[in-house]
Amino acid sequence: MDLVFGVLPSGLPYWLRVGLAGAVCAVILITLVALGPIAYVYVETKIAGFMQDRIGPKRVGPHGLLQTIADALKLMFKEAIYPAGADKMLFILAPCLVVVGAFLSFVVLPFGSRLQAVDLNVGLFYVVAVSSISTVGLIMAGWASNNKYALFGAMRSAAQIVSYEIPAVMVLLTVVMMVGSLSLQDIVWAQGGGLSRWFLFRYFPLMPVAFLIFFTAGLAECNRTPFDIPEAESELVAGFHTEYSGFFFAMFFLAEYTEMFVVSVVASVLFLGGWMAPLPALQQLGPIGLGPIWLVAKAWFLVFVMMWLRWTLPRLRVDQLMYVAWKVLLPIAMVLVVAVGGLALWPLTANGFPWDRWAGWLLTPLLFIYLAYMIVAARRWSARRAREMAA
Amino acid sequence: MSTDLQGGGYGWRVDDIDTDEMILNMGPQHPSTHGVLRIELRTDGEIVRAARPHIGYLHRCFEKHAESVDYPGVIPYTDRMDYVASMGNSLGYALAVEKLMGIEVSPYVQTIRVIMAELQRIASHCIAVGTYGMDIGAFTPFLHLLRDREKILDLFEWTCGARLLYNYNWVGGVSHDVPDGFVKACRQFLREFDAVTYPEMIDLLIKNKIFIKRTANIGVCAPELAVSYDLTGPNLRGSGPPRDLRRDEPYIGYENYEFDVVVGEGRFGPRGSCFDRNWVRALEMKESAKILHQAVDRIEKMERADVHEKVPKRVKPAKGEVYARSEAPRGQLGYYIVADGTGVNPYRVKVKSPCFTAMSIFHVLARGMMIADIIALIGSLDVVLGEIDR
Repeated sequence: MDLVFGVLPSGLPYWLRVGLAGAVCAVILITLVALGPIAYVYVETKIAGFMQDRIGPKRVGPHGLLQTIADALKLMFKEAIYPAGADKMLFILAPCLVVVGAFLSFVVLPFGSRLQAVDLNVGLFYVVAVSSISTVGLIMAGWASNNKYALFGAMRSAAQIVSYEIPAVMVLLTVVMMVGSLSLQDIVWAQGGGLSRWFLFRYFPLMPVAFLIFFTAGLAECNRTPFDIPEAESELVAGFHTEYSGFFFAMFFLAEYTEMFVVSVVASVLFLGGWMAPLPALQQLGPIGLGPIWLVAKAWFLVFVMMWLRWTLPRLRVDQLMYVAWKVLLPIAMVLVVAVGGLALWPLTANGFPWDRWAGWLLTPLLFIYLAYMIVAARRWSARRAREMAA
Repeated sequence: MSTDLQGGGYGWRVDDIDTDEMILNMGPQHPSTHGVLRIELRTDGEIVRAARPHIGYLHRCFEKHAESVDYPGVIPYTDRMDYVASMGNSLGYALAVEKLMGIEVSPYVQTIRVIMAELQRIASHCIAVGTYGMDIGAFTPFLHLLRDREKILDLFEWTCGARLLYNYNWVGGVSHDVPDGFVKACRQFLREFDAVTYPEMIDLLIKNKIFIKRTANIGVCAPELAVSYDLTGPNLRGSGPPRDLRRDEPYIGYENYEFDVVVGEGRFGPRGSCFDRNWVRALEMKESAKILHQAVDRIEKMERADVHEKVPKRVKPAKGEVYARSEAPRGQLGYYIVADGTGVNPYRVKVKSPCFTAMSIFHVLARGMMIADIIALIGSLDVVLGEIDR
C-alpha cells in the first residue's frame, strides 16, 4: 500500500490518497484471490485424476484448462434456490461472510519485502482473528438452511474449528516468542540467510513438530480430508452447504480453496521462510526480486500436500477428531510453548541449538532423496508389474 | 396429542421424544445408503439412540412376476435382484430348477459356472470394499477397484454380451460357451489381480490406520447374535463361524477345488466388527482368485462340449417342491420353488435373500452409534437394495 501511496500525486488531500491506495490494493488482491481457485481446482482435478488412474478434465480447452472456468460460469448462471422455511437473509449473508473471512487475511500476507498491502504490527493476531469469521458464516449457513444435515454440519464445523484453533495458536506462540514480534514481515526477516535459518529447522526436533501441528490444525480449519467432517459427503450429504446452489455454492467453494491457500501461505511465512529463498544467492535474479515466486512455490507445495492427503486418506470420526485436537496436539503444543520459550530466553540457545545450522542442510536433501527413491521404487514396481503381465 | 409416525406396533410416538432428540431421515436419497434405503434415526447430538430401516422403495414384485412366466423366463428377473452380482442369482435359480427336474449338468458346464461365479464374486467384492472405503471417506480406492471390476465385466461382455444383467446361467446349462481365448484373457486378469488390485487394496485401504480406527471397534456382532439373526456369507464369517456352502454343501463341483474359508480374526478390535466383515470380503477375493486359477487350468484341459443339456423347450417339472441354496457373494441365496405339475409357470417362487436378513440385524447393531458409524455399518453389511426389496 505504501508503494501505491507513494506513486499518487502529493497534491491530493491525504484522505483521498489513502482511500485511493487502499482501493487499488483491494482491487488487485481481490482479483488475484478470486482467480486463484480457478487454478487450484484445475490442479486438484488433475492430481486426483493422476492418483486415481484416470485422465481428469480433458475436453474444455487444451488439456481441459478451461474446465474450471466453464464450471464457474455454469454455477454463476444457475438459479439460486431458497429452501422453504429458510431464513432468507441469513441464507444469503452466510456465503458472503465465509468469503469475506477467507479474503481478509490477504491484507497482511507478505508476498515480498514490499509486496504487502499493510504490514500490521499485529499481523499474525489479525490473521488468526479474521480466519475465525468464516466459522460464523458456516454456522449461519447451517442454521439458515432449515435442513438437518446442514445443521449437523454447522455444529460439527463450529466444534472442529474452535478445537483446532487452540493448538494452532499455541504453536504460533512459539514462533512469536522467537521473533519477538507479531508482524509477518518481521517474522520473515528473522528467517533470512538461507535454509538453515528457517524456523522449521530451529531447535531441531522441536520446531518441525510445531510445523506439523500447525499444518494439521490448518487442514482441520479449512475442512480438508481427513478432517472434512463438516461436509462429510457420505454422512451429511454436503454438510453446511447442502441447500446451496448456483453462485452461493460457488462462493463456499471459492472460500474453501482460498482458505487452503491462506493456511499454506501462513505456514510458509511462519516456518518456511516466507519469501526468503533457500539460498541467499537465489533471492534476486539481476534486478528482479524472486520473493513472491519463492513464497507461492512453497505455498503451492503445501497445497499439493493437502490435495495428496485428501485423495489418500479416509475421514476421521467426530470424537476421534476431538481426541486428536485435545489429547494429542494440545499437550504437545503446550510443551513446545514452554520449551521454546525457555530456550529462547536462555542466552546460550537464544538463536537455536548449535546443530541447527546443519539440520536444514542435511534434512532437506535427505527428504528429497527419499522422495526420489520413492518415485524410482514406484516406477520399478510398475515396470516389474508390466513385465509380469507380459509374461 | 400423540401421533404414531409410522404405525406398526413397535413404532415410537412423537410424545416419546425428548426435546433434545431429533429425528433424522437418512435416505432414500442419500449418497451412502447403497440404493434407496431410508433409515429413520433418532439422534441425540451425534449419538444415534435408535435406528429403523425402511425398505421397499425398490419393490418390483419379483416373486409375483415369477408366477406368470415360464421357468426359463424367470432367469432374467433373477438378474435384477442383486444387480451387483447377477451371476450368483441366476446360478441359484438354475440350480433349484435343475434339482426339481433332476438334471445333472456336465463337468464342462460346471467348470464354466464356477469360473463365472468366482469372477462375479471378485467383481461384487470390488464394489463392496470400494464403496466401503468411500463411506469411510477414502475416494481413491473405490476408483482403483472399479477400474479392475471393469476388466471382469469385459470378460462377461465378451462371453454373453451383457455387462451387468447377464441371463447367463440357464436351466441345464449356460447361454453361451466361453469364447476362444477366454482362458488367456482370464489368466491375464488374474495376473493383474494378484500383482496390482489385491496388494493395492490392502495397502491403500485395509491397512490404513484411520480406516482401522473408524471400523475396528464398531458394529460388533457376536457369533451367537449373527447366527440367531441368520446372517450369512461374509457377514457371518466376519463374526467367526466358518460357514461357507461352497465347502459345507458343495455344488457345481466346488469340492474339487482347494480354497480356504476366510473368517474374521478380530485383529484390531473385537471379532465381528465392521472391519472384520470387510476384511473377510477383501481376503475372499484372493480365495476366489485361487479357485479361478484351478478352474482355468481345468477348463483348458477339457474337451469343448455342448453347453446346453438336453432340456425340453417347454420346461415342465412334475408336481413337487424344492429348496436349493448357493453361496452368492453376499451370502446364502435360497430359492424355494413349488411346481404344480400342470402349467409351464412355477406355482410359487420364494427367495431367501442374504441382504434381507443382514438388514434385519441393523437396528440392533446401530443402537448407540454415532452418525458416521451408521454409514460404516450399512457399508459393512454390504446390502443391495434390489435384493432386499425384490
